[in-house]
Amino acid sequence: MMKTWQAGKRLLPMTATLGLILAGCGREDLSVLRPQGPAAESSFDLMKLAITIMIVVLLIVFSIAAYVLIRFRRKPEQREIPEQVEGNFKLEVLWTVIPLILVVVLAVPTVRAVFAAGNDHSDDKNAIKVKVTGHQYWWEFEYTDYGVKTAQDLVIPAGKDIAFELSTADVLHSFWVPSLAGKMDTNPDGTINRFSFSAPNEGVYRGKCAELCGPSHGFMEFKVKSVSDAEFEQWLASMKSPAVLPEDPEIAAKFKSACLQCHAVGDQGIAMGPDLTGIGSRESVAGILLNDDTGVDGAPILDNLKTWLHDPQGVKPGNKMPDPKKDLGLTDEEIDGIAEYLAGYTLD
Amino acid sequence: MDWLTTVDHKKIAILYLWAGGLFFGIGGLEAILIRIQLIKPMNTFLDAQTFNELITMHGTTMIFLGVMPVIFALMNAVIPLQIGARDVAFPFLNALGFWTFLFGGILLNLSWIMGGAPDAGWTSYTPLSTTTYSATHGVDFYTIGLQIAGLGTLIGGINFLATIITMRAPGMSYMRMPMFAWTTFITSAIILFAFPAITVGLVLLTFDRILGANFFEVGGGGNPVLWQHIFWIFGHPEVYILILPAFGIISEVIPTFARKRLFGYSSMVFATILIAFLGFMVWAHHMFTTGLGPVANALFSVSTMLIAVPTGIKIFNWLFTMWGGQVRFTTPNLFAVGFIPTFTMGGVTGVMLASAPADFQFHDTYFVVAHFHYVIVGGLVLGLFAGLHYWWPKMFGRMLGEGLGKWTFWTFIIGFHMTFFVQHFLGLMGMQRRVFTYLPNQQFDLLNLISTIGAGLMGVGMLFFLANIFLTSRKPADAANDPWEDGRTLEWTIPSPPPEYNFKQTPLVRGIDAFWKEKTAGHKGMTPSEPVGSIHMPSATILPFLMSVGIFIAGLGFMFSRDTFSSEALSFLFNNYIVTGLGLLITFGSMLMRSLYDDHGWHIEPEELEGR
Repeated sequence: MMKTWQAGKRLLPMTATLGLILAGCGREDLSVLRPQGPAAESSFDLMKLAITIMIVVLLIVFSIAAYVLIRFRRKPEQREIPEQVEGNFKLEVLWTVIPLILVVVLAVPTVRAVFAAGNDHSDDKNAIKVKVTGHQYWWEFEYTDYGVKTAQDLVIPAGKDIAFELSTADVLHSFWVPSLAGKMDTNPDGTINRFSFSAPNEGVYRGKCAELCGPSHGFMEFKVKSVSDAEFEQWLASMKSPAVLPEDPEIAAKFKSACLQCHAVGDQGIAMGPDLTGIGSRESVAGILLNDDTGVDGAPILDNLKTWLHDPQGVKPGNKMPDPKKDLGLTDEEIDGIAEYLAGYTLD
Repeated sequence: MDWLTTVDHKKIAILYLWAGGLFFGIGGLEAILIRIQLIKPMNTFLDAQTFNELITMHGTTMIFLGVMPVIFALMNAVIPLQIGARDVAFPFLNALGFWTFLFGGILLNLSWIMGGAPDAGWTSYTPLSTTTYSATHGVDFYTIGLQIAGLGTLIGGINFLATIITMRAPGMSYMRMPMFAWTTFITSAIILFAFPAITVGLVLLTFDRILGANFFEVGGGGNPVLWQHIFWIFGHPEVYILILPAFGIISEVIPTFARKRLFGYSSMVFATILIAFLGFMVWAHHMFTTGLGPVANALFSVSTMLIAVPTGIKIFNWLFTMWGGQVRFTTPNLFAVGFIPTFTMGGVTGVMLASAPADFQFHDTYFVVAHFHYVIVGGLVLGLFAGLHYWWPKMFGRMLGEGLGKWTFWTFIIGFHMTFFVQHFLGLMGMQRRVFTYLPNQQFDLLNLISTIGAGLMGVGMLFFLANIFLTSRKPADAANDPWEDGRTLEWTIPSPPPEYNFKQTPLVRGIDAFWKEKTAGHKGMTPSEPVGSIHMPSATILPFLMSVGIFIAGLGFMFSRDTFSSEALSFLFNNYIVTGLGLLITFGSMLMRSLYDDHGWHIEPEELEGR
């Protein structure tokens, strides 16, 4: 009875591990275990090395434990007292030295990778420089070399090194795109954190905030869009083109008087809240309402914008946006009108 | 009343156990609520604010008010007995330590009904914990409640240091001390050095919040990363404050039920000391992603990995203690042998986390959540269960039921692995920690469901344990002196539960595992080291209780000193620090009485001892 239990108990985690590995271990655009760029790969390589060492250690400990527990059970007829062993100098030295060697095996590549990760590309002429600012609960991305500012969707050219400068406007946040690179905190006291990553493959990657920052911490998500050089140039150009305002003059007036007090579109408004230029082309509304016309992962952008504008607190509790209806006095029609305008505000 | 005035270490142990158990239950309920909220994506069982309050209080309660007091309960119940002492060095302080802990804990938990629990995480990182971003009194309850409770811990730690240094029975040299006494000794030393750091941190944060200081407030030139350093220079050694006593318990339970002496005793002692020493050197591994730079990250990576070496020594020594022994699977030993593989799993993920470039991925994800629950629940809580089942007859004179004990073990450990094993994968698949919910279709759903079911199973295990306690308490207290029959240390030489004075005659210790040594030499009990004589006992006193009530009132008064109340009288009392003053008056008044009234205690005379 005991025998089967012990064996089962010890096999279970291994089987579960294998099962999960076979299951793919998460989404390609999100999982640490499916790295999509060199920075994440460097972390992943260390992880694989560490996991291998650790599984070997576990197997040794588990098998000794299983052997001891099965072999040295007290039998009913046993009366004599077992030999009282003081210890064994050689054995004890052995299990001091072997862990030390294992630590060295892990420590050497760790130190190498630590210094490699310190290479931040901030003085690299070919790198794209992006200033990231964390806000409760959204991300601001400023392309300092191009004079372009956007929010929630970080558009980057595939394969190019992106040099980040991280800071925060309020509390601590942590900038994390699991499949592209490890995370880095944003500190509020003027200490800028720098790091860099690149995304060789075009695609959309999910990013998260990893440091508790208030009620909607879990909703402080963003997307990284890796696009071709040509697309990137085009994106920059259309971001810089003059703002498009609502065609309906009444909606336009409302939009200016209500929304542009905090938001910016193109050259208009102020960028206190997220920049709205070309919001119709983004992957999500407010980072979490995913724009998906098929309805599998989310809803069409127009629906998402309406959901958001009718109840921003309901979507993201604790966020700083005033309620368009209660606080700004907009009517339902005006809100829907603005939503339609924003949904149609796409970049070429 | 007897319980309010007692200074007897055995009764204080029971007080610690009940109070710690109560807070452990509260923390456990908080955990269950957290897991229910995370059972499926976009769940609306709890709102975001309540969730953040729950995770903050769960962490804080479990660490400071749940497991630490239970550790102190076992230390109080066992340490004087194990070293052959009649009490701790300072019985009055021992009582004071308990009452400050209890009132600190009550103050912290009052936050649930007095306008909002703390919500900035158990680490209370600034600026989220400053008044700008956490405007309720929540974090004030945290800073002041923990300050008062921490006072108790510091007092307890110093008391055990003094006890172990000065009150060992004749013949008990340091290298003959039982391992649990050793780990208590080292733990107390860590407390002595680590708790002042959190004390200072909490004072600074309190000043920022209540008096408008600018230690961490960025606008006033403060530095928020400073808080992280102060917190972790305490917080990392705290991990060892928690786990070392568990190591001690395992080192007692396994030799008893394997009927063999601990393998490599001296290497165990030095491994313990080394762990404590290294524990102070590695605090910044909690801060790899803060931007300390590659040099600091490399140094803290390597020093953290080194802790694996002494810990590994311990694991193998335990395994080889059983090698060639006769292992009995009693409930305490089940928990002890369950501890070894489980804790090893927590240990190896610790080494993985130590590698800074990999930690950039692990940090603040469910991988970390899984890791520290493997260490704290899979290590410490399993250790505490082993210790509680093992010493229960010594504390209460009653054996806990073996049948229910085994049910407790199996439901708890299966539930535990179900809850936390899958969380490693959740973290690696991109789920960050402290999120009140998550979007669907990220492949998080199934694993979270499994985790929640596991948490429920752990809850069932706890119910079995409570049922066991309840049923046991209805049985007569008739446990033998040495109920496990293979007891090795001094506590098993005296009745269960022990008389008020513990040892009628202080025993003479002739070697390691003193009682076992006498038994194998064919003796029934210990050789006394003194003739039967008059025993000096400390008097019971209400003063420790009053002092703690005073600090409690002062804390509340200080916390609300800037509030405006609807009643003018209340505003007057609080805003002019009258409540604070009153509380301090009670405390200092009690101290004054303690100083002026010379209490010589009382004696138990030899005739009375023989009469029993």
